[in-house]
Amino acid sequence: MAHIVRPYGDTLDDGKVQLSFTLPVPHGLKAQEAARIMVLGWGFSDCEIVHSARISDNFTFFVAYAKTERGVDYDAVEADRNEEEKSMSMDEVNEFIRTHIGRKVVVVGACTGFDAHTVGIDAIMNMKGYNHHYGLERYSMMEAHNLGAQVPNERLLEYAVKVKADAILVSQVVTQKDTHIHNLTNFIELLEAEGLRSKFICIVGGPRISNKLAVQLGYDAGFGRGTYADNVATFVVKKLAERMEL
Amino acid sequence: MKEKLGLSKDKIAEARERAIAICAPVLDFIHEHTSVTVERATLRLLGADGANADGVPVPNLVVDSLRQNLSEGAALRYANALVVKGMTPQELNSAIASGLDISKIPLGDKAFARVKAEQLAQAHLDRIRNNRGQREKKLAEFAGRNNSPLLYLIVATGNIFEDVKQAQAAVLNGADVIAVIRTTAQSLLDYVPYGATTEGFGGTYATQENFRIMRQALDEAGEREKRYIYLTNYASGLCMPEIAAMGALERLDMMLNDSMYGILFRDINMYRTFVDQKFSRMINAYAGIIINTGEDNYLTTSDAYEKAYTVLASQFLNERFAYAAGLQAWQMGLGHAFEMDPSIPNGFLYEFAQAQMAREIFPEHPLKYMPPTKHMSGDIFKGIVMDNMFNFVSKATGQGIHLLGMLTEAIHTPFMMDRYLAVDTARYVMNNIASFGDDIEFKKDGIMVRHAHEVLDKTLEFLREVEKTGLMDAIAQGLFAEVKRPKDGGKGLEGLLAKSPDYFNPVESLLEEELGIL
Repeated sequence: MAHIVRPYGDTLDDGKVQLSFTLPVPHGLKAQEAARIMVLGWGFSDCEIVHSARISDNFTFFVAYAKTERGVDYDAVEADRNEEEKSMSMDEVNEFIRTHIGRKVVVVGACTGFDAHTVGIDAIMNMKGYNHHYGLERYSMMEAHNLGAQVPNERLLEYAVKVKADAILVSQVVTQKDTHIHNLTNFIELLEAEGLRSKFICIVGGPRISNKLAVQLGYDAGFGRGTYADNVATFVVKKLAERMEL
Repeated sequence: MKEKLGLSKDKIAEARERAIAICAPVLDFIHEHTSVTVERATLRLLGADGANADGVPVPNLVVDSLRQNLSEGAALRYANALVVKGMTPQELNSAIASGLDISKIPLGDKAFARVKAEQLAQAHLDRIRNNRGQREKKLAEFAGRNNSPLLYLIVATGNIFEDVKQAQAAVLNGADVIAVIRTTAQSLLDYVPYGATTEGFGGTYATQENFRIMRQALDEAGEREKRYIYLTNYASGLCMPEIAAMGALERLDMMLNDSMYGILFRDINMYRTFVDQKFSRMINAYAGIIINTGEDNYLTTSDAYEKAYTVLASQFLNERFAYAAGLQAWQMGLGHAFEMDPSIPNGFLYEFAQAQMAREIFPEHPLKYMPPTKHMSGDIFKGIVMDNMFNFVSKATGQGIHLLGMLTEAIHTPFMMDRYLAVDTARYVMNNIASFGDDIEFKKDGIMVRHAHEVLDKTLEFLREVEKTGLMDAIAQGLFAEVKRPKDGGKGLEGLLAKSPDYFNPVESLLEEELGIL
């Protein structure tokens, strides 16, 4: 039997949703009515424009509450990644490496191409980590190299070969006009051209990266918003152990 | 504003002395060197402009062709070409764009060429002085109409014409400062693109024509709102001085311009950066431009509580390098940020204490205060609360330039409504607590006072260590921002040159004279 769920405001199945948006029209009663009709046009019922404000001569901001009848069959939903595989803690990862791998795991990370944002790769790699999750540099059984931002794909690969990396972490924050897709594809092509793809576990991370996208592009995994070092570390060491058994 | 923290005047004075000692050997090095972009900036201030069919700018064509003799400076050869060919700069620029190689033009009367170069330099400096006068006139006309702190908003569509629409809307909402974020690749380009541009990644190319277009749009919007609107761009990356020159010519009002940012966060060679920052700052100084330094970046890479002292230390160094380039205190928008982990107990008190500390140590400087970014999560509702904690501190401690936080930070470049909400909520908070800063005192030996004293002590300790190590070695060893930059590593070193004994640069000489430096 289908398990249909709907948004929950204050009563089961009331379908209440909050929305805010801007329309390129002058502020006024007509704008409010236009906004309301538009929301209804999206399939909502009972739309109420609770706030509108003039942003400039020809732009108006709205806050709306609306009700939807539509739901989703929760049982039929498949997540991007299997949540059952709980991540190990830093200590558990170190212990796992000691028992299953028996040497330090080498990880090289960089934010590549023209992307200048180190915030993602730093959150995963820097000693300090992010939000009380220590970064890979802190892992005693890992040797982590953070190359920073704006690293050309060629240099990243060269470096990974030099330090005999087990895993390469590529961070991509800027996704405007799909630059990240071109850049990420280019990196995999580079690895394949050099016959090195199977040498490394390749991971891509960034706020708009999904595991699905990463796998499509030829990476072993992708990590999006809300990822911490322990999530990445767990994946890397398990994958590495798996490969070593083969 | 009355001082609240009871910081030791002796310690502050010692920190400044340490900064002088730290910067001295670097300034000696700078004095002996020039770079490809210093020469290109000089050419631009003689009238070199335009680009060839492949988009290579004329200043680059000239500098590349003079590469063998560049240690003498590019100005003489450019002026020589004008004299020998009997051309105007416009005519010469088109000839160069069509393939004329001025290094092949025989050197005529040197004295004559020098006079020509000096005249051209003077004419461009006059234009810059005139821009400065125009800004001062408008600021006087609209006195009292700007927000305090100045509300600073960013536009970044990639298309200058779209930027104009968003910027004009932002002005209508109440912004005082508009920054056009550069496309993400530009800091590493060793040239400045030419003409109006409509495509970029995460920002819009800084070009002289884009500057002109936005300047005009902001002047119009400012006239309407009866407020002077400050236009901001980035004199940073591999073309620091050229961007400064173009900004000065088109009456920009603020420039992101840090003495070490490029080294630490863009991996640009340190020798190159130090040389470039000085010349860019001399131009900014003369143009009456307010620089914004980049200390906020230390806190996005390192922990904002533990590393607070690196911000203060960098502020002292930026201040020293700025004075050495002729900038005055009112032109130094020293940077800092509200970036502490929101889960720290009493984090707000520490942020407040640090902002107050910066205010008291740099009383005449229009401090540039940056909003939370690192811990903005995608939870826009919590985000707007964090932004307004920041707004509170900024107003209560009398910051000068206030970069408005976006509730959608870490999600996308701001939507029209994100900016509207940022201005609207900031104005609410700032109006609501207008005199709060003047009305409170801090508890003696309380958490805030103790924290500020501790940061100052650590800063002093750190500056002593840097002085002992030497600034360049300190950077190489990773003392700043936890990143190591070897002296001869990084981008752009090949564009650095020792000046020859007969180095000639009329722009530099005139600026030194006008600014009373050297």
